[in-house]
Amino acid sequence: MSFSDEQITRYSRHILLPEVGGKGQKKIAQAKVFVVGAGGLGSPVALYLAAAGVGTIGLIDSDVVDRSNLQRQVLHHTPDVGRSKVQSAKEKIFLLNPDVTVETYEDRFTASNAMDYIAPYDVVIDGVDTFPAKFLINDACYFAGKPLIHGGILRFEGRVFSIVPKQSACYRCIFNHPPPPGLVPSCQEAGIIGVVAGIIGTIQATEALKLILGIGDPLTDRILDFDARKTVFREIKTKRNPRCPLCGDHPDITELFEHEHEACQLQTPGAFGIS
Amino acid sequence: MQLTINGKPEELQADTIMDVLKHKDVDPHMVAVELNTQIVERDQLETTNVRAGDKIEFLFYMGGGA
Repeated sequence: MSFSDEQITRYSRHILLPEVGGKGQKKIAQAKVFVVGAGGLGSPVALYLAAAGVGTIGLIDSDVVDRSNLQRQVLHHTPDVGRSKVQSAKEKIFLLNPDVTVETYEDRFTASNAMDYIAPYDVVIDGVDTFPAKFLINDACYFAGKPLIHGGILRFEGRVFSIVPKQSACYRCIFNHPPPPGLVPSCQEAGIIGVVAGIIGTIQATEALKLILGIGDPLTDRILDFDARKTVFREIKTKRNPRCPLCGDHPDITELFEHEHEACQLQTPGAFGIS
Repeated sequence: MQLTINGKPEELQADTIMDVLKHKDVDPHMVAVELNTQIVERDQLETTNVRAGDKIEFLFYMGGGA
């Protein structure tokens, strides 16, 4: 493939970088990234990857835009309230960069469709807001051998880490299974400062681009936690867990399944966050 | 005994990881615990001893994204 003059101008600030260059920009143009969730994290991820010229972006979300989403889900604008999130996203991405092919799936990501959805893609991004979905994405990426950029946000805090299956620690190496229902609040219940979604999502997009380009040190075997109240990033080193139920020495999980969705009630709202 | 908990040095008396959790008022179901970069399984929190200088991380669940 070769770039048109317009494309060379569009991507000139990438091409100037010795680590990217024309060769790297071609890798970006050929890359396929699957974003699960077109919401708080999915918005900055999709917008920045589209601006960067990622060739194909897959977006899955079954929701419609709600007015309460607009405080952070920057893919969606006021007139989009009530519209399909993936359709709204596709339009914004096209306006930003028509070079990008956007595949949209107005669907839930489930144990029965997960493998088919991620199969064509090179990298998967976690932009979902429930624990069962986060564990499902982790497991599906492990079975499919796809790199995953995990993200999580709550209140003023966020977390990112990258997983290269069979090479680096997975989500289950750390967390094993979801918390008991009702113990850990969701953003819907506990709130989220909108910009934290932007901070965490743009780091996820950065990590995806680094994997595509094969540059730098990936955020693997390190968990990056951010606290906006203090403006502090903390890196927690980790490693593969031999007792991981998915990728450990004697795994119990041998096929995809979904953990039960938690009940929407809080038992210990004050117990979150240690300082 | 001095321990480093979530990156901060702290002085406290504890024999096991569970003692540290109790001292910090952390529900063991709310966190993944790392001792010197190694995950400690929940069923071993009460039997895993801590020593002066250990680095302990409590990783709280963070499930949001949308």
